[in-house]
Amino acid sequence: MRSSSLAAVLTSCALALVGCEKKESAPSSASGGTAAAPAPGGTPGVSGDTILLGEVGSLTGSEATFGISTRNAIELAINEVNAAGGVKGKKIEVRVYDNQSKPEEAANAANRLINQDNVLLILGEVASTNSIAMATKAQPAKVPMISNASTNPKVTQIGDYIFRVCFIDPFQGYVMAKFAHDNLKINKVAVLRDLGSDYSQGLADVFERKFTEMGGKIVAGETYTKGSTDFRSQLTAIKRAAPDAIYIPGYYNDIGLIARQARELGITAKLMGGDGWDSEKLFELGGSAVEGSYFSNHYSPDDPSPRVQKFIASYKKAYGSVPDSLAALGYDAAMVAVDAIKRAPSFDRAAIRDAIAQTKNYHGVTGSITLDDKRNATKSAVVLEVEKGKTKYVDTIAP
Amino acid sequence: MSDFTQHLINGVAAGTIYALVALGYTMVYGVLKLINFAHGDVMMVGTFLGYAVAQKLGYEHQSSLWGVLLIFLAAMAGCAVLGFVIERFAYRPLRDKPRLTALITAIGISFTLSYGFQLDFGPLPGAAPRAFPEIITPREWLIIGDRAVVIWNWQVISLAIAIFLMLMLQGLVYRTRFGRAMRAVSFDHRTAALMGIPVDRIIALTFMLGSALAAGAGILYAIKDTAIQPLMGLYVGLKAFVAAVIGGIGNVPGAVVGGLLLGLVEEFVVGYSSSSWRDAVAFGFLIVVLLVRPGGLFGRVAAEKV
Amino acid sequence: MPAWLRGLVPVLIAIAVLAVVQVVVGDSPFFVYLASIVGVNVILAVSLNIVNGMTGQFSIGHAGFMAVGAYTAGKLSLLIKDVAIAGLPTVVSDQVQFVGTLLAGGLAAAICGFIVGLPSLRLRGDYLAIVTLGFGEIIRVIVQNLDVFGRALGLSGIPQTSSLFAVWFCVFLVVLVARRIVGSTHGRSLWAIREDEVAAEAMGVNTTGYKVRAFVISSFWAGVAGGLFAHFVPIINPGSFTFVKSIEVVVMVVAGGLGSTTGAIVAAIFLTLLPEALRSLFLQLGGLGTGASLAQKVDQIRMPIYGMLLVILMLVRPQGLFGTREIWDVLPRWWPGARKGIT
Repeated sequence: MRSSSLAAVLTSCALALVGCEKKESAPSSASGGTAAAPAPGGTPGVSGDTILLGEVGSLTGSEATFGISTRNAIELAINEVNAAGGVKGKKIEVRVYDNQSKPEEAANAANRLINQDNVLLILGEVASTNSIAMATKAQPAKVPMISNASTNPKVTQIGDYIFRVCFIDPFQGYVMAKFAHDNLKINKVAVLRDLGSDYSQGLADVFERKFTEMGGKIVAGETYTKGSTDFRSQLTAIKRAAPDAIYIPGYYNDIGLIARQARELGITAKLMGGDGWDSEKLFELGGSAVEGSYFSNHYSPDDPSPRVQKFIASYKKAYGSVPDSLAALGYDAAMVAVDAIKRAPSFDRAAIRDAIAQTKNYHGVTGSITLDDKRNATKSAVVLEVEKGKTKYVDTIAP
Repeated sequence: MSDFTQHLINGVAAGTIYALVALGYTMVYGVLKLINFAHGDVMMVGTFLGYAVAQKLGYEHQSSLWGVLLIFLAAMAGCAVLGFVIERFAYRPLRDKPRLTALITAIGISFTLSYGFQLDFGPLPGAAPRAFPEIITPREWLIIGDRAVVIWNWQVISLAIAIFLMLMLQGLVYRTRFGRAMRAVSFDHRTAALMGIPVDRIIALTFMLGSALAAGAGILYAIKDTAIQPLMGLYVGLKAFVAAVIGGIGNVPGAVVGGLLLGLVEEFVVGYSSSSWRDAVAFGFLIVVLLVRPGGLFGRVAAEKV
Repeated sequence: MPAWLRGLVPVLIAIAVLAVVQVVVGDSPFFVYLASIVGVNVILAVSLNIVNGMTGQFSIGHAGFMAVGAYTAGKLSLLIKDVAIAGLPTVVSDQVQFVGTLLAGGLAAAICGFIVGLPSLRLRGDYLAIVTLGFGEIIRVIVQNLDVFGRALGLSGIPQTSSLFAVWFCVFLVVLVARRIVGSTHGRSLWAIREDEVAAEAMGVNTTGYKVRAFVISSFWAGVAGGLFAHFVPIINPGSFTFVKSIEVVVMVVAGGLGSTTGAIVAAIFLTLLPEALRSLFLQLGGLGTGASLAQKVDQIRMPIYGMLLVILMLVRPQGLFGTREIWDVLPRWWPGARKGIT
């Protein structure tokens, strides 16, 4: 009998919780208020003297490092804005939900932000899959969304309320192909891609296509899955093809190890990559093996411009490490959002959306951001070389 | 030819680590008939313990002979204690319960350890991967051809350490009283108890031994692949478990053979055909072995007596 | 009233009730989405209970079958998206297509269940665990490699034709199936296998046959759950069908009580809603500032707490919440669903 009474208690708890959800959803679908935020019935996202923004990120799970970088940077940006007096006399608050690196949770979090919390706009995500999940919920609800680092072209194709501040794959893949062919004058390249990352697949596909168009030859194509630590079998196969360079458009966590193991196996080819390389972890994990490698990025950490240096210094002070490209993009996404809110004539979501769409030459830490008619960021890419444990600016490649 | 040799070296290196971890799985299964899902995560804890000790020792001392020994011993001792605690408080109370219950508990501990270490408050390391310090200063040991095959000193040393550990275990299991008691318990624990063997204590010691071995494997893994992060135990543990089953779970030499075979098969299949199927190779190999030999390579399909 | 008609009564009642619910709350996207996720988890838990609970086997790869169902149904839906069935209004045509894809997904998963089950169910119990685990991994690798399934990005653009009614009607169906199995001779054989396989074999029960059958039924429903999932989640990729998902379903079954359908339902609902409820709780408590960061911290410590809870649950109440009892065992005799006579 004890178990049934316990069961009865638990069942009623579960039902009560369900009831709680029902209660919250009922008023939101009717008016516009939420349980936690004050003043129901006001403009979405604004109540009293607070502007509420939403953020969805992978704070746990396989993409946790990227989600946390983004989270930190957005927090830094908003704190700076609030310290300088906020926007139109109001402070900004960001509500963050974790999506455990899963698209169905990203959609759920977006739903919650839109319908329960009534945010003004949504920031996020890094993985294109998660961004697509969120965008599919944000677009019909006409909530603006700015992704910091999703590079698959499909994300902004979902609708006119969806924006991004980073390059898209077709551009970045082209950048390194051009650099390898024109600057390094290399003809034989092997490609090592991350099977589990759409970003890596996208860049690799474009690189292979563009490089071949330019007259180069792809001598080997191998794959790995992020999270693995032993790449020696793939590298040995690549070594057999004797390439002049290896293009590895993955993330810094894996690149460091890949570089190490490549050198260990006696491979002397140059290594090349994309903005996923940008992190100080690259040097920690890669050591001397990454010396002399090249990668494309949004900005150069040794760019003397005060904006970049100030950002790096503040981030380091607040979070103890140099920001990676995801953090830099996160910072810019938040700042572009704030800038749009400032420029918009009202707090109406449609007005904000139009203001975001009109972003022209916004000077962010990741370069000068102009949003084109497809709502993607048009900006130049820089190519950096790794020298003595730091990056060195080599060249700029325009779209 | 030269990449065949290179693949061979890579395969053996990976295989010995699988073998060491598989030994822990198989010993525990032998005495408890339990798949200790948390074994890979115990390895991870050992690696982080070694990392912490190496950091404390500082750059000069961590690569000295005493430093390396200390790192190994600290990791192995720490994990032995962890193994004891897990067995005593989580598995022993469930000794007589259905095996699915113990399996669930093992999964619970695995999640607690791996996701717990992903947090970053207090002494917990956090999710980001770290570079394990180079405790064996790398030097090229043997070069074949024009850098066609390169063998490093740490690869040779790691192999030597692994063989040493396996031989020690071999001696322990087959030539000591404790080993005999362990084998008796895994054969039939009720009769062993009747024979006066302190079953609880033997089981606890077996656990501690398996965990210490896993810690040793973890340090060797960190030397080989440099990056350590809290979820590393899940991946390696799973492959090692497959290796143990391939060799016949409960069978000690089987675990070693299974580990080496798995390492080699993975390496050669990936190296000579498409690398995109790498993660499926281990399980594919397992299914093939089980179809041909249902008890694993060395296992006996024991008839169940009623 | 003839027996078959009497059997239909619960179905008709279910349809009526769900139709009402759909009309009343169907407009709230947050609630519908959440309820759909809960429903899918209930189907997964109840179907896994048939294998792990009623038959006493170790299957820890349920997410793999869900993935098969999701990708099959999703891809089919994408292919027939622009084709309407002549003579029917669009909405009806969409729903018919939707049901068709669900059946296809379930069938594909059932076939996989057969392929996986037949060889491994002949082996010792623990081997099934690892083979089911491996199956899930192999599915993931296959999907990641094939363009037709979207590789790492996943499948997007699947018509979102699922509804609260659809999901919970399937929940009703799977619970009905489980209930009917338990009360039948078929179910008794499964239970016998769970209690003592050797004795069951000695009594003439074809253990391998029954085990495979249970496995196939369970996989079919996991496939249906996956198909439903694909039609309300905007994009599906391998990340939603990992080993961790399989374990989450196993936890629901074990926590509810191995063998108890009611337990599986209650545990699935509770464990799925708990993180959302905790978020709401912390936000209510702390307001916008500290509450939000507390909620975030909770998100982060959710997994290790989950692990610890599992351990504690097994130590304190290993038979789970309901043990092997069902709600219809304690209902009064006159209640339509109650069992009359033998327990």
